[in-house]
Amino acid sequence: MIYFDHNASTPVHPDVLAEMMPYLQGCYANPSSVHQQGRVAREAINKAREQVAELVNAHSSQVIFTSGGSEANNLAIKGSIRGMSLSRLIIGSTEHPSVRDAAKYFAASTNLDVLPVDAQGVIKFDDLSRVSSTGAPALVSLMMANNETGVVQDIEKIARHLQNDAHIVHTDAVQAAGKININFTQLNVNLLSLSAHKIYGPKGVGALVVDKRIDIEPMIHGGGQEKKWRSGTENVAAIVGFGKAAELAKLNLKGNVEKLKDLQQYFECQLHQLQGVIIFSEQAERLSNTTFFGVPGIDGETLLMQLDVQGIAVTSGSACASTSLMPSHVLIAMGINEQAARSAIRVSFGLQNTKAEIDQFIYILKIQIEMISSLAIMEN
Amino acid sequence: MKLPIYLDYSATTPMDPRVAKKMCQYLTLDQNFGNPASRSHEFGWNADDAVKAARQQVADLINADPKEIVWTSGATESDNLAIKGVAHFYHKKGKHIITCKTEHKAVLDTCRQLEREGFDVTYLDPEVNGLVDIKKLEEAMREDTILVSLMHVNNEVGVIQDIKAIGELTRSKGIIFHVDAAQSAGKVPIDLNEIKVDLMSFSAHKIYGPKGMGALYVRRKPRIRIEAQMHGGGHERGMRSGTLAVHQIVGMGEAFHIAKQEMATENERIRMLRDKLWNGFEDMEEIYLNGDEECRVTGNLNVSFNFVEGESLIMALKDVAVSSGSACTSASLEPSYVLRALGRNDELAHSSIRFSIGRFTTEEDIDHTIKIVREKVEKLRDLSVLWEMHKDGIDLSKIEWAAH
Repeated sequence: MIYFDHNASTPVHPDVLAEMMPYLQGCYANPSSVHQQGRVAREAINKAREQVAELVNAHSSQVIFTSGGSEANNLAIKGSIRGMSLSRLIIGSTEHPSVRDAAKYFAASTNLDVLPVDAQGVIKFDDLSRVSSTGAPALVSLMMANNETGVVQDIEKIARHLQNDAHIVHTDAVQAAGKININFTQLNVNLLSLSAHKIYGPKGVGALVVDKRIDIEPMIHGGGQEKKWRSGTENVAAIVGFGKAAELAKLNLKGNVEKLKDLQQYFECQLHQLQGVIIFSEQAERLSNTTFFGVPGIDGETLLMQLDVQGIAVTSGSACASTSLMPSHVLIAMGINEQAARSAIRVSFGLQNTKAEIDQFIYILKIQIEMISSLAIMEN
Repeated sequence: MKLPIYLDYSATTPMDPRVAKKMCQYLTLDQNFGNPASRSHEFGWNADDAVKAARQQVADLINADPKEIVWTSGATESDNLAIKGVAHFYHKKGKHIITCKTEHKAVLDTCRQLEREGFDVTYLDPEVNGLVDIKKLEEAMREDTILVSLMHVNNEVGVIQDIKAIGELTRSKGIIFHVDAAQSAGKVPIDLNEIKVDLMSFSAHKIYGPKGMGALYVRRKPRIRIEAQMHGGGHERGMRSGTLAVHQIVGMGEAFHIAKQEMATENERIRMLRDKLWNGFEDMEEIYLNGDEECRVTGNLNVSFNFVEGESLIMALKDVAVSSGSACTSASLEPSYVLRALGRNDELAHSSIRFSIGRFTTEEDIDHTIKIVREKVEKLRDLSVLWEMHKDGIDLSKIEWAAH
């Protein structure tokens, strides 16, 4: 099997597992316990907090560990709306379901604006300006890099603009982390979400980085862990794994990006040779590992099934929305027609992928596209 | 014998090596690391199969349907989801909730939050043995009561609440019944087909599974509705969104499976060790067992050593890891609110130690613990003026202390 679905989840790096192992075996104490074993666990969490903070150039006291990116996004949105009694919410039209659904939850009680994107998936700055320059302070939640198209928004520029109008800015950096350099302080955002399992760490752990000037209300109460922002016994092993994954991501960022970019260019160059293929958001700045493409006229689901039979693991969009048969909301927001959207396939490379795997994929893809097209012609 | 001796199994348990071994099969590239929500490839399907098998294992221990299990990040989240979930879903029916003063902070702090949102909460006083009097519970019920939340086994004193009888009462009144079973699962038999509990919280790390993992049982017949607290993606049938942490889920499944197999024999062994520990202290002066003597979970022994400050004793017992109460409140130096609610005075509440025994405790551990606890208690009492006064026959409760 060839795995090209790293935006859905990444395997745990062997060094990360090695770091986690002691906490899956001998070091099991509850970090809230005052005895010596408890204090050892507490120190391990503190170290991981430093490592995660360093990945995004934040201070460790700004990092709140959560059970994952979805919880971080929920805490950012619900926590700040409730904590600061905000009556307004602005999100992008291509946000992750955890942001969209958390926003929808407040549909009745807040004023919700959904910002359009252009045909490349980029937030239109003029629209943002127009919406944000009037009215009450809002929570603005915009993702740094899109999970489907890989489009990278200019969050720094956007945040600078929004801060002038006293808005609170949250960015979902789950897909961006480890693929682009993130500087929390320089970005000027108030809240930033991270997930471990997208950067070769374990599932079930994430973080919300919080600028201490703002008040957020906790979502989970009881026990007062994470300075009362997030109660519940800390998942020590996973947090330690997250820390190590963050350290590796920071340390190897440049080399990783070069490697992924090389694979992406190699892939896209060959992809263009295939008849009828379009790459979504091709003109936009994108993550170095993500290619979202379509072959209008071909049914994406049929193609996915065939690719799976041939041992290629890719997807038609977000894993978090994959139980639905709707075409990608990201592509629809970009104004892509439904036929093209229904043919969409997302490829997301990871560090262990090779050009030989890409060659094999292209070879299979070519045959499958031809087969499905000829079947379609016969049926007609 | 390995030092320090760990007697803090109610705070957390070491992972069973069988659990750790299974979890490691769901992490790395050469293993099964997929996202179970990926519906388009084998990596995703394999992960989904593993999640299904674990759901069955958890359901089996408590005799529930796997469809009634919702994965969470731990019992604290389960308690939050159950209580807020019911309150927010049924608030039009009523805004009154009943709980008890000795519940875990995850329940109490959640109820406090709901009070801020306009709900009305009754906090019942337990009896001196730590149990809730069912008659007093019934008296507290009102027309607008929507939820009763009581724990099965108390985390500090280990007493077992009669949730079967309470379930009959709540069902007859049409009130939803939530039970925090974080401390009881795997230690006390639970048959949800038999008892009328509507929502039940579980934790993996209290029964030799991983931290950061829990579940909420949500009854289907009669159907209980809850409002999701975490949105996005609609995982767990819309009740709890977020990528499923497969290795953790698999670990919880395995831990519950082992518990089902071994609970009966394990309980016997642990009970013997616990009784041995208590017998080792029993002839000491001025010691008090906290919580009901009979109706308690096998691994728990909560003792107040009068005239000894609990925190000092913990520090003195370097080779034995115990706690003076719940780990979740151990950052504060307040005496245990659970013991206070049981009617213990400040002195006794301050001098309490919770010993919690588990799967990997040996007889040797217990012998050594008895020896050093006796030694240290004696030593600390020798340093205590109060103890000297007590020995001289002075009734300390009658003394008026001068402020200075």
